Amino acid sequence: MHSSSPSSPAVGSGLRALSIAAAAVMAVALGLVFFYAPLDADQGFLQKIFYLHVPLAIVALCGFVAGGLMAIMYLRTREARWDMRSYVAIHMSLIFAVATLITGSIWARGSWGRWWAWNEPTLVSFLIVFLLYATYQPLRFAIEDPERQARYASVFAITAAAFVPMNFIAVRLSTAYLHPRVLGSTSNLPPRMAFTFVISLLAVALLYATLCSCELAAKRARAQLRTLRRLADARAGAGADAGGQSRRTRSETPPMPAAGTLAAPAPRGGL
Amino acid sequence: MRRTVAALLRKELLIELRSWQSVPGMSLFALTTFVVFHFALNRSSVDGDLAAGILWVTLLFAAILGVNRLFVADAEEGGFDGFLLAPVDRGALLLAKALALLLYLVLLELVAVPAFALLLLGPTLAGTLPSLVGVLALGDLGVAVIGTLVAALAVRTRARDLLGPLLALPLFVPIVIAGARASSPLLAPRGGDPAARWLATLGLYDLLFGLIAYALFDFLLED
Repeated sequence: MHSSSPSSPAVGSGLRALSIAAAAVMAVALGLVFFYAPLDADQGFLQKIFYLHVPLAIVALCGFVAGGLMAIMYLRTREARWDMRSYVAIHMSLIFAVATLITGSIWARGSWGRWWAWNEPTLVSFLIVFLLYATYQPLRFAIEDPERQARYASVFAITAAAFVPMNFIAVRLSTAYLHPRVLGSTSNLPPRMAFTFVISLLAVALLYATLCSCELAAKRARAQLRTLRRLADARAGAGADAGGQSRRTRSETPPMPAAGTLAAPAPRGGL
Repeated sequence: MRRTVAALLRKELLIELRSWQSVPGMSLFALTTFVVFHFALNRSSVDGDLAAGILWVTLLFAAILGVNRLFVADAEEGGFDGFLLAPVDRGALLLAKALALLLYLVLLELVAVPAFALLLLGPTLAGTLPSLVGVLALGDLGVAVIGTLVAALAVRTRARDLLGPLLALPLFVPIVIAGARASSPLLAPRGGDPAARWLATLGLYDLLFGLIAYALFDFLLED
């Protein structure tokens, strides 16, 4: 059920190009951030964190929503790969969300002198979304049956993805608008800042895509390995006991028994 | 559909009438929580924002007790299997469970709100009670829908007692925001009116989550 289809391309194809592109764009973005973008008149050097914090937040949220869309695809097609993609998207977004919360906290400390600001609606909404998604993995791994696990996780992913925008609207309504000026929209940014921001966003998005592909490739490789190992075991078991068994028993023989029991037949592990 | 929902709802209420597992526990929990708040805050009366916060937190936590129990009998005693064998729309179960939970919440509030007014609330509720009932009703709708969806998600997992509240609370946050903001002027010394935008937020949230739950509930009931 969970192994990839035999016709799937080699695991990790295209991964190298993607990682090189991500690393290159990331280097360019960092160069732009530190040497090209002008210093913010208001916040000075501290504002540079904006080029990391905001792209991380945007990519994490898009990843959450993408996870929901892939979950819809899973429920429509019932193909395990969609569930796996949805899982990976949400997993990676969770990591990016932690990074967003940390960078946001640092920014808040720098600009308001406090590590946390409740009057900052985007940060607060982000925390709520993070808390909701933090239950995704506990929910998922509390279900044993793989098919039901995928189904329930998909229902959760869709619900949570729909919750993301609603939550942002509700939290924003609840707070007097008090956001760092630069965040409002990119249209009021000076052109050099806007350009740097766009490149940073691209870099973080590429990083996200690369990490997702890596995790997917790892999962696919593990599934293929498991299939192959099972095949090998089955062949070894089906083959003549003389040839096939030696490998199996060697790997499954318990530590050397006491001298008196040496004559006892070696235990045969169940298949 | 209507007959199915009515039959399921009757079963639900009959179970509750015979076992009294949810409503008394929820009500007692709410009363105890008011006492705890009294000592924790060291206040003999509260009003405004603080009162709204205490009322909503208490009601939500009490609601979570009901949410946790909502599908337990179905999961353990074969209620799901029985329902799946019947040739009826699966959405009917969502509707019946949500209605049952809504009724439990109303019963809970019939106990908890007077107790709150008696034990903790400074200002009188005389003038603002109808508006408060309206705000609570809108909140209850959302809690009932979200609670039912979350209960169905959590009930067949290994850690359902833990996962139910963990899943439900973040989803309740917008209800707390809108509900508490809408009821804080009602509980203030000089009672005011709730801002229309909070009522609209509550209503919209209820509606959207109702649609989401209705669209997704079927997938939780396939085996």
